[in-house]
Amino acid sequence: MSTTKSLSYVRKEILEQQPAPRSQVGFTRWVRENLFSGWFNSILTLVSIFVIYKVAAAALPWLLGGVWDASSLEECRAVLNERFGNTHYACWAVITERWNQLLYGFYPDTEYWRANLAFFLMLASLAPVLFDKIPRKMLYLTMAFPFLLVWLVWGGTLWGVISVAAGFVLGGVAFKLVDRYGSMALSAIAAVVVAAIWWLFISPSVVDGLNAFLPFGHLQEVQSRDLGGFMICVIIGISGIALSLPIGIVLALGRQSDLFVVKTICVGFIEFIRGVPLITLLFTASLLLNYFLPPGTAFDLTLRVIIMVTLFSSAYMAEVIRGGLAALPKGQYEAADALGLDYWKAQRLVIMPQALKISIPGIVNTFIGLFKDTTLVMFIGIYDMLGLSNAIRANSAWNGIYWELFIFIGLVFWICCFAMSRYSQWLERKLRTDHR
Amino acid sequence: MTTATDSPQDQGFRLSQLIYDTRYRAITIQVIAMIAFMLIAAFLIRNTIINLSALGKDIDFGFLFNRAAYDINQKIIPYSSDDPHWRATLVGLLNTLLIALLGCILATIIGVIAGVLRLSKNWLTAKIMTFYVESFRNIPVLLWILAFMAVLSEALPTPRAFRGETPSASMWLWDSVAVTNRGTYVPSPIWGEGSVFVVITFLLSLLGIWAFGKYAKRRFEATGDILPSFWIKLAIFFVPTVLVYFLLGRPVTLSYPELKGFNFSGGLHMRNSMLALWLALSFYTGSFIAEIVRSGILAISKGQTEAAFALGLRPSRTMNLVILPQALRVIIPPLISQYLNLTKNSSLALAVGYMDLRSTLGGTTLNTTGRELECMLLMMLIYLIVSLFISSGMNVYNKSVKLKER
Repeated sequence: MSTTKSLSYVRKEILEQQPAPRSQVGFTRWVRENLFSGWFNSILTLVSIFVIYKVAAAALPWLLGGVWDASSLEECRAVLNERFGNTHYACWAVITERWNQLLYGFYPDTEYWRANLAFFLMLASLAPVLFDKIPRKMLYLTMAFPFLLVWLVWGGTLWGVISVAAGFVLGGVAFKLVDRYGSMALSAIAAVVVAAIWWLFISPSVVDGLNAFLPFGHLQEVQSRDLGGFMICVIIGISGIALSLPIGIVLALGRQSDLFVVKTICVGFIEFIRGVPLITLLFTASLLLNYFLPPGTAFDLTLRVIIMVTLFSSAYMAEVIRGGLAALPKGQYEAADALGLDYWKAQRLVIMPQALKISIPGIVNTFIGLFKDTTLVMFIGIYDMLGLSNAIRANSAWNGIYWELFIFIGLVFWICCFAMSRYSQWLERKLRTDHR
Repeated sequence: MTTATDSPQDQGFRLSQLIYDTRYRAITIQVIAMIAFMLIAAFLIRNTIINLSALGKDIDFGFLFNRAAYDINQKIIPYSSDDPHWRATLVGLLNTLLIALLGCILATIIGVIAGVLRLSKNWLTAKIMTFYVESFRNIPVLLWILAFMAVLSEALPTPRAFRGETPSASMWLWDSVAVTNRGTYVPSPIWGEGSVFVVITFLLSLLGIWAFGKYAKRRFEATGDILPSFWIKLAIFFVPTVLVYFLLGRPVTLSYPELKGFNFSGGLHMRNSMLALWLALSFYTGSFIAEIVRSGILAISKGQTEAAFALGLRPSRTMNLVILPQALRVIIPPLISQYLNLTKNSSLALAVGYMDLRSTLGGTTLNTTGRELECMLLMMLIYLIVSLFISSGMNVYNKSVKLKER
């Protein structure tokens, strides 16, 4: 009783609830914490705002005030002079006018549908490889796609690509037949021999006969030199990566092997390719490759470039796959040995499925690098987008136009590469949770 | 009665053991691989010889000692068109190494700043850096080189704009740097009499910094005292050189660029081709290095910082003694491959006309002598050696920062 009396003040009723101070809620709090949390941070913010203002003030009017409809730079400037009184604005008309050329090069314009179809088929056949939710049946499309690509882009009858595919099928059959009796090495040799005999000796006459008899699925033939623009970048990039995958696997296995000779050859190849710039290999393709081949063989330039790009990316691919192999716990190898699997069976059934799955982000990153590097083909006379931008500038109508073309090309590459890098980051996160 | 532990009876060597016996199979496979490799090599060499003889050519590196008969506008060592091809090659190689060295330095600076700022608590700065990294990483470096070249040659003022009573353009940094569309002119040093002593003093003070670092470390490990080494090193860096410079009566003077006629003269002329290549390679590679630095710092768990704070270390010392040594281990290996990439990408100099190894040996020399095979082989060999040098040099450094395990 007495204790309550001695206290001077006791609150009887609960205080009304007050909202949090203005500086601790909502936007103000966010600004205080993220932009002005100290003198250094405040300076950074002010500098950033200044930079953004400068860039925006310089670029936005130029970007947004551009002309979209004109047939030459002069016409463009005339329109701008009329509209603003000066010509400090973009001339996007070059994109609208040369859009098709930048995408397809000199591909005949009645056949654009083929390139488009090939592009969508490519996306469809990549989907089951990249996303495991897609039905596995789609993988059949993936296997058929390389042949469809060649047929759609270069034209001709279907018989040519069917016969090439038939070689693979025959090789596969031979492999299965011999595999029952003996070792992997023998069946692999049998498969290669059978396929080679078919391609070299039987298939050409069969194809000629069928073409004369029944020109099935004939499309207008397109020469390699008419390919260009964005299309050639995609073709070179995709075929380089797809073809380099098997070579890369073999090289990675060879580099990990205990066999001294095999290991030395593989290490030498990988380190050589990784030590020289791609551009020297491309010049080799355009200047020297004909020296190394039997007299009289003449490949077209696109094929030579694809061969060199494949060799180039297979060295990088080998390193990526080696990383995947090294990331597998040793127990997996030992478990495969304990089951009594021989080397190739262990690789095929236990090691590779896991190692390849881990390597997909790395493979995608290699692909991004390769895709960006396909712009180098402009140096050896293939008209990719950058090469075409030079060609467009050489035309008197568009002489002196730089930024519009660069921004367009950059944007196309940026969209592709950014999407791919996001995919690979997503996959990395997904794979990481799988392991924990 | 035989038991399972008995070794199989020696029946002598059978041919099938070459395939089925693991002891012999390894040899069989290697012999087959060797034969296949030699067959392929022989096939390629034979084709080359046949093709070359059909064209009436031979393989001969003697052309390297003939007169080059072309000029190189960018050179570090003296060179004239009367010099032989090997000297032109050397000039090109030095240019490649110059751009690689400058590029690696600038790319590292840009990359570290961008990587650290991307982790900054400041939302706006972090976003700007993200924008920089993502835009440079995802666009081909060739496009960047061409774009930088276009900026330098199209957007900058002509030397003529600096002329007249009211020039439309003016020089930077108190009239010492002229940025024009024909290149950038910066002051260059003139080495007067006695300047050699200044240089020697400077080199000696570098040696002194290194020795002091060793001493400070030994003392720290012996007594636990930490010297204010940064300030002392800074003093050793500047004081002796400046002192000698003034004592000798300023032997080193600067030559400033001056407008003469239609162009600037004096000073050091940095060509647009070199600047564009340098800046583009640095910003492109810098965006990759930024990501490496960022992931290196993120890889160090927060517990390390907290543990260091719990031990009573100050933030700066935490960074120097705890975070950086561990982050470097994560950062160095990918950094090596970025330096290698930059060096290899410098061969894109072709796009802007910078005379590097590819443009001298693999360009003009190749075209004028018509010896594609020799030039390409030599060029690949040189690039390979340069790459191996860089990677082995950086690997030595990597070993020194690596975790010392028992």
